[in-house]
Amino acid sequence: MAKSTYLEAGRRAVMEEMQRDDAVWALGEDLGRGGVFGQYKGLQEMFGAGRIADTPISEACIMGAAVGAAMTGTRPIVEMRFSDFALCAVDELVNQAAKARFMFGGQMRVPLVVREPVGMWRSSAAQHSQSLESWYTHIPGLVVVAPATAADNLGLLKASIRCDDPVVYMEHKNLWSMEGEVPEGEHVVPLGKAAIAREGRDVTIVTWSGMRHGCITAAETLEGEGIEAEVIDLRTLWPWDRETVFASVEKTGRLLVVHEAVAVSGFGAEIAASVAEALHFRLKAPVARLGAPRIPIAYAPTMEDEARVTPDKIVAALRRTMQPEPVS
Amino acid sequence: MTEGPGPRRDNFDRERFLDLLALMHRIRAFEEEAISGQKEGLVLGAIHPSIGQEAVAAGVCGNLETADLMLSTHRGHGHTLAKGADPLAMMRELYGRQGGTCGGKGGSMHIADFGVGMLGANGVVGANIPIATGAAHALKLQGSRQIVTCIFGDGAVNRGPFMEGLNWARVFDLPVLFVCEDNNFSATTRTRDMTGGAGAGARAESLGIEATEVDGNDLVAVDAAARAAIDAVRAGKGPRFLTCHTYRMTGHTSVDPAAYRPATEVEEWRGNDPIARIEVALRMAGVEDAQLASLHRDEADAMAQIARSARETDWPEAAGAFTDVQDMGDPRERAF
Ligand SMILES: Cc1ncc(C[n+]2csc(CCOP(=O)(O)OP(=O)(O)O)c2C)c(N)n1
Ligand SMILES: [Mg+2]
Repeated sequence: MAKSTYLEAGRRAVMEEMQRDDAVWALGEDLGRGGVFGQYKGLQEMFGAGRIADTPISEACIMGAAVGAAMTGTRPIVEMRFSDFALCAVDELVNQAAKARFMFGGQMRVPLVVREPVGMWRSSAAQHSQSLESWYTHIPGLVVVAPATAADNLGLLKASIRCDDPVVYMEHKNLWSMEGEVPEGEHVVPLGKAAIAREGRDVTIVTWSGMRHGCITAAETLEGEGIEAEVIDLRTLWPWDRETVFASVEKTGRLLVVHEAVAVSGFGAEIAASVAEALHFRLKAPVARLGAPRIPIAYAPTMEDEARVTPDKIVAALRRTMQPEPVS
Repeated sequence: MTEGPGPRRDNFDRERFLDLLALMHRIRAFEEEAISGQKEGLVLGAIHPSIGQEAVAAGVCGNLETADLMLSTHRGHGHTLAKGADPLAMMRELYGRQGGTCGGKGGSMHIADFGVGMLGANGVVGANIPIATGAAHALKLQGSRQIVTCIFGDGAVNRGPFMEGLNWARVFDLPVLFVCEDNNFSATTRTRDMTGGAGAGARAESLGIEATEVDGNDLVAVDAAARAAIDAVRAGKGPRFLTCHTYRMTGHTSVDPAAYRPATEVEEWRGNDPIARIEVALRMAGVEDAQLASLHRDEADAMAQIARSARETDWPEAAGAFTDVQDMGDPRERAF
């Protein structure tokens, strides 16, 4: 084990996979200078401008070209810079990448990874802060991944690059500088497997991405009150690890889903509904969701904070789940 | 801007144009069968015929090698046949039957045949341009001598991906030929009423891509212009752009009466039928009427047989709805 930042772990994943497989290459704006956050630093010197390709500010063409290149024997890593900009390339991802294999009767696959940095970070306001993961979980054909730790950013990005399906890979901008223990040797984390970030017997928290850390803080706060919360970091949102979540809720009888995205139509709704359908009679309290209100993210901290899911809000939600209001 | 050469008896390649004429008959017969299949309710979804535009498909794709890649549009039957796809498999696809080119999952607007380098028609106007550009990008990374041809309509030049793709192809000097099949219409709208400036070729030139245009109903001219452009692309000179001026004899779809066009205009173009025109050239080169007639009849008869086989083929298994979606999160294991 060695210490690494989340950002460096992602860089190492790209480097190792490019060394391992000549078909892997990356394309996006400003990659030659290391990418907008430095996730590609030094890679162009190492692999050349052909395999770490600087592109025009043409998101539709970055994604569309990756689809064509994936159909033609390569494995592109698409850098979208901010997930918000990936909205300029939705046709290319949703109508083309996700559909081609099926629509053409399985003649080929579209092995590409779209890196889409998400989340609130440094007062970035409404067009640079969104978490739109639930949009992509809705699309047959796509795999959706959202790592929360340095080790997972290494292992999940490597697994995503090796995956033959189009993968939407959402790194959280606020985690770039977070350090964690990362294995020094080969480290691949299987897609579709959640991690139990903290064990507990009283209530299950299901979360992912940046919220993993807020949930752990909240769980530690309640520990003093004798409430043991289990924190499950889903890591892969589609396919999500139902077995791990269901086993935990069977044990605890309580579920709170926490995500940074707007709660309405968020992916938490899918998990809450699935648990309610399957485990209704095992539940000691109604399933609960915590996400952002349905407002755009503002700039000034006073207003921005209204959209932020904080450890305090998680603690309050957990208390409600532990002691649900009786039906009047 | 060059007009392609007309038929010249001195170096006119009779055998080549007889083959391409047969291909044009095959395309027309395919679409006529598809239209009648649709009238009977057997061809299920919308079809966009290219009747009247066959010289573009034959003249462009006739210059491609099987290993070369090609991307097409919603109006893609002609291009796909010309690239070498099996007409029976294609007809089954339109009928939604087993053994269709895409196993019945795509239909007319989503036919692809990777075995012959046909990387897909597309239901989204202009979407094939970035994909073609990326395929060419991959070929260049791989050091391949293959090239990509991307065919789209005049309407596609007003979508953003047109600009993004052409710019990209120039920036990376990619082996791709862009072909604008200009049939004057985008669905029910006359494209020039919705297009600023001088249009497709001028836009390509503004991005540094050499552009030519040609009478798209003159097979000999399309063939010559396409060959010159393809030779340049294959020689590593970067992207080229070719506009083929043509006209669709049917409506936008097979059920569109196209009442938005003056009858005189349609009549004028009817007199400019690309099949009749190459037949004139072949007669001038000494081909007998009887040979031309039998060539037509053979293709029409073969296609009638193909349509009969298609309608006798079974439906695909319903379980196919769950296959080839994705490996990770395969809906056969879990769709909910
Ligand atoms: C992005 C998009 N917008 C609209 C449509 C609907 N549509 C299908 S074909 C067509 C006209 C296209 O015209 P053109 O590109 O000239 O091709 P043509 O049909 O003439 O071959 C339209 C508007 C579509 N398929 N995709
Ligand atoms: Mg048109």
